[in-house]
Amino acid sequence: MLKNALRYILFILVQVYVLFQIPPLHRFVVPYLYFLYILWLPFNMSRTNLLIVSFFYGLTLDAFTQTPGLHAAACTLIGYLRSFLISILIPQEGADQNYRSPSFTSMGWAPYATYVAVLTLVHNTYLVFLEILGVGSFLYFLGKVLATSGISLLLILVTELLFARKERFRTNTA
Amino acid sequence: MRNIFLIIRRYFNFLFFLLLQIVSLYLLFSYNKYHQSAFLEVAHEVTGSIGGKYNNITYYFNLKKTNEDLVRANEKLLNQLTQQYTGADTSVVIKTDSLEIDSATGQFRKYIWRAAKVVNNTVSLPNNTLTIERGENQGVKRDMGVVGPDGVVGTVISTSANYAVVMSMLHRQHRVSSKLKKTGETGVVIWDGVDPAYVIMNNIPKSVQVAVGDSVVTSNYTVRFPPGILVGTVAEVIDDKSSNFYSLKLKTATNFYNIEYVMVVENQMKDEQTSLEAATKIND
Repeated sequence: MLKNALRYILFILVQVYVLFQIPPLHRFVVPYLYFLYILWLPFNMSRTNLLIVSFFYGLTLDAFTQTPGLHAAACTLIGYLRSFLISILIPQEGADQNYRSPSFTSMGWAPYATYVAVLTLVHNTYLVFLEILGVGSFLYFLGKVLATSGISLLLILVTELLFARKERFRTNTA
Repeated sequence: MRNIFLIIRRYFNFLFFLLLQIVSLYLLFSYNKYHQSAFLEVAHEVTGSIGGKYNNITYYFNLKKTNEDLVRANEKLLNQLTQQYTGADTSVVIKTDSLEIDSATGQFRKYIWRAAKVVNNTVSLPNNTLTIERGENQGVKRDMGVVGPDGVVGTVISTSANYAVVMSMLHRQHRVSSKLKKTGETGVVIWDGVDPAYVIMNNIPKSVQVAVGDSVVTSNYTVRFPPGILVGTVAEVIDDKSSNFYSLKLKTATNFYNIEYVMVVENQMKDEQTSLEAATKIND
């Protein structure tokens, strides 16, 4: 609980004061990492709680970027889809009870990579779609979605490697 | 009735998801119409103070650059002092009184400049804003112009007690009436959302001689800015074959990547001018 609260603050601060401060390399490239927080939330949260947390998490970032609702909309979307994806991708019976949260160890490499890739793509597509609504061309949209998703996946990979989370196998006795 | 409750219970998560989406989208699309909500007022105070703390750190690293800016601003102001001008007849001394109304000469103050520190700034989003550490308590109101050491920065869109949010020139809804300094043709400067270093000026007739490097300054038609403030310099003349107008691509005078200090300009005659214009429209 405390760990998640700390992560909440850290992810927002890193996104706003580190990643958003990087001078843009290209107009397509915006480094988004903050939504990894939602992907890391524990398995045993109810869907309703997951939605509430995602919504307020997005709204917190919106307060910094002066775009109320933009990130909140994208976050609630992946917060909603998360549980469906997990139930499809979970490799063996009971993994969601034996481990705390989604990771390489708890889900296996391939399913976890799919889980991250799909949600990243969904999040960035929806975000870019709302951002450019009514102005940008289709090519701009496509380019920005692919470029931001590529950067996001790279950042997520780096984060996963740098901050390895300890995922202990939980037994009934514990 | 029982079935309705069953359906709501069954699909509660989906309905809740839809509700949150609707709330988010409502917030997003109503904000674009300059709406001000209680949520934002509170949010500005909180994010503004966090931004202020962060800025205290980055401010140190930019001291050298800020110093250079101040020296240049000083130089510009010194050049404008009345002492720097001499008439042919040395017995005549021109003095401008800075009091509100000087009954003797009939001069009165039209613009008040207030310095403000930038505590938050974005350039990479489609609609960019700045937060400045000066709000209603320090005399900043909505729709005031904001000018940096090099030129136009933007317009104040919302204020709280001690902070104000400025829509920068790099915002799709930002418009500023400008003119070519050399020939005086006016047009509107907008941002196309492509490159934070360039803005677009439309409606320049093809009969005008435009060259790369020409200055574009604010025109007399804007109520928010004093006329003659640098907006940018022409970087490219885009010749639209289907119309009689050029589009000019301007290099912005302000470098939006490293703004530290800005000036908020208050036009004291604005209310008089806009209310007269509004009254005339009603009478039509």
